[in-house]
Amino acid sequence: MNARTNMLNKLRAAAPRGASTMPDVAAYYAGRPAATLAERTERLAAELTASHADVRVVSRAGWAVDVARALEEKGVRRLLLQSGAEGQLLAGALPAGTQAAEFSRPLEDWKAELFEDVDAGFTVADCAIAATGTLVHLCGPHMPRTLSLVPPLHLVLVDAARIYATLFDAAAGENWPARMPSNLVMISGPSKTADIQQTLAYGAHGPARLMVFILRAEGEAA
Amino acid sequence: MSKHPMQFVPSADFKERARGALDDDKLRKSFRGAMDFLQAKRRNQFSDEEERESLRDLGSAIRKYALANLPDLLEQLERKLTANGIQVHWAETAAEANAIVLDIMQRNAARRMIKGKSMASEEIELNHYLGEHGMECVESDMGEYIVQLAGEKPSHIVMPAIHKNKADVAKLFEEHIPDTPYTEDVDELIQTGRRALRQRFMEADVGLSGVNFAVAETGTLWLIENEGNGRLSTTVPPVHVAIMGMEKVVAKLDHVVPLVSLLTRSATGQAVTTYFNLISSPRRPGELDGPREVHLVLLDNGRSQAYADEQLRSTLQCIRCGACMNHCPVYGRIGGHAYGTTYPGPIGKILSPHLLGLDEAGDLPFASTLCGACSEVCPVRIPIPDLLIRLRNEAKRNPNETVATPLRGQGAKHSAAERVVWQFWSGAFKSPKAWAALRWGATRLRAFTPGAQAGWTQHRTPLKPAPRSLHDLLKDKGQPE
Repeated sequence: MNARTNMLNKLRAAAPRGASTMPDVAAYYAGRPAATLAERTERLAAELTASHADVRVVSRAGWAVDVARALEEKGVRRLLLQSGAEGQLLAGALPAGTQAAEFSRPLEDWKAELFEDVDAGFTVADCAIAATGTLVHLCGPHMPRTLSLVPPLHLVLVDAARIYATLFDAAAGENWPARMPSNLVMISGPSKTADIQQTLAYGAHGPARLMVFILRAEGEAA
Repeated sequence: MSKHPMQFVPSADFKERARGALDDDKLRKSFRGAMDFLQAKRRNQFSDEEERESLRDLGSAIRKYALANLPDLLEQLERKLTANGIQVHWAETAAEANAIVLDIMQRNAARRMIKGKSMASEEIELNHYLGEHGMECVESDMGEYIVQLAGEKPSHIVMPAIHKNKADVAKLFEEHIPDTPYTEDVDELIQTGRRALRQRFMEADVGLSGVNFAVAETGTLWLIENEGNGRLSTTVPPVHVAIMGMEKVVAKLDHVVPLVSLLTRSATGQAVTTYFNLISSPRRPGELDGPREVHLVLLDNGRSQAYADEQLRSTLQCIRCGACMNHCPVYGRIGGHAYGTTYPGPIGKILSPHLLGLDEAGDLPFASTLCGACSEVCPVRIPIPDLLIRLRNEAKRNPNETVATPLRGQGAKHSAAERVVWQFWSGAFKSPKAWAALRWGATRLRAFTPGAQAGWTQHRTPLKPAPRSLHDLLKDKGQPE
């Protein structure tokens, strides 16, 4: 505790006197023109595509079929699912060559298997951010952290109605400060690096490929 | 790994290393290419000048607010993290921080560490220390992995292997990674690195990372990256240790929003990076993965010295984007290793004197043209040239002089002879009579001006007083003295 006391004492002795005003971040972002749902959807798709993700806008009735078709295209043999209704729906629509399982065991019990044998992971994003093409994952009991990270192909389903215009809107709209999960992850493309001579390469340590399925909002024309 | 890893080179040899770097054509080409690339990418991100300047104002205000309330925010952060299940440690020195990490490893019977990118861990030379205690540390950021294989240190805080070209990397991989043929195909090289490190992530007992921002309000560690190695390092091993300079705390979660935008756009010219990894707790009951233990080490290591001085405190506003080095005419020509410090370039010149003392880093504040490019691009408006001048003054100050906020190594560049020359000069300048006498002497005795004038004539023609002074010329034209 000695280091703690010393460090805090030194800072307290030097800290400026008098109150300083808290910067108003909300005021800075206020008053920007609101984007419509269609604009937000379009922007999300465009930004993700620019970041090298494969983006498809799908219908509520047929999304599982579209995902299944993509799995077949990519030759996915072993698929890992997030537990929940969407995962079950997808499991019922899989192509013949794809075998699916829910992420249901603690990581320690099957680490090598996850790293070596799983071809793809399927998750449902909590929400998304249009401006930067970002998919928000709230990791918890039903959303393991490694599901969106270890398999080389990551497939994400996101509801267009859950797309925010900006990071500020998402943080405020979802009231993150009051409900932070153990791990909140924002994903804006496949894993990449430019560490060798500024040359962009994908699939550094995370998924080399990211496929995003945007669920068209209710009442929107096809 | 290399048998003889590069150690902290005393910054006393700065001039010699800078000379060597200037003569290294390949190195200069690597840096020139990288600087041009990064400058253009940043420029594209900030095409709206009004938006850029207002965002910089906000970013600067947020960092200033955090520093003004630093002790309170650190205590709040500790409270929140502890409530979330993250263990907080305080380290006044590099030695204390190293000992804390070693102790965590030993208590967990750990031997293997996988590292995400952390400049704070470079600053305390953690790898070296843990290596001496029988631990194995592997860097997993591609750039860090490359410099570790080469037995070097990062030459840039954001792009550690910026000094290497693909041929260098191809040779390194061929030599150090089994069954790797020589190739300059970057995609293949990255896949080789990925395969080599995959096993390490699985086997590691402890993952170590840095921290970009710590949020006091929620007890959250905000990590930024593109590769996914940061997420793997903080997710897969059973224990995660994060280490950060104590100045990196901010008050509110929404304060990070403008800061991340400034950071990624200034650093690599990206609107966003691939991953934002917000860690608020270890694995909770019912969760299937994530570390069982999470630790945060708060590091002082000289930062409180900068904090104690109102002007120098602004050094700690830094969010480590590296834009100052990307735009620095000195860094761009000599590269990062010449500095001999963990943090090179303009930010290194104003930060290192606090971490190492002016006696160790006293040359660095002088290694600047004061052109001001660094402060022009700084996303949080640190007045770097002003701080460089201040540090020069502190280095030249009489070591025995008592000042309100003394710096370690005060007077390291003090010279009694230089002091006398300046006193003579200011005395002559203050008195019209003395000045007139000096003028008279200088114009008459100009033939005796020496041809070799210390450092000046190394690259320039000698200085010689004019035959007639300006005063005399004006007097001829009828101007009263």
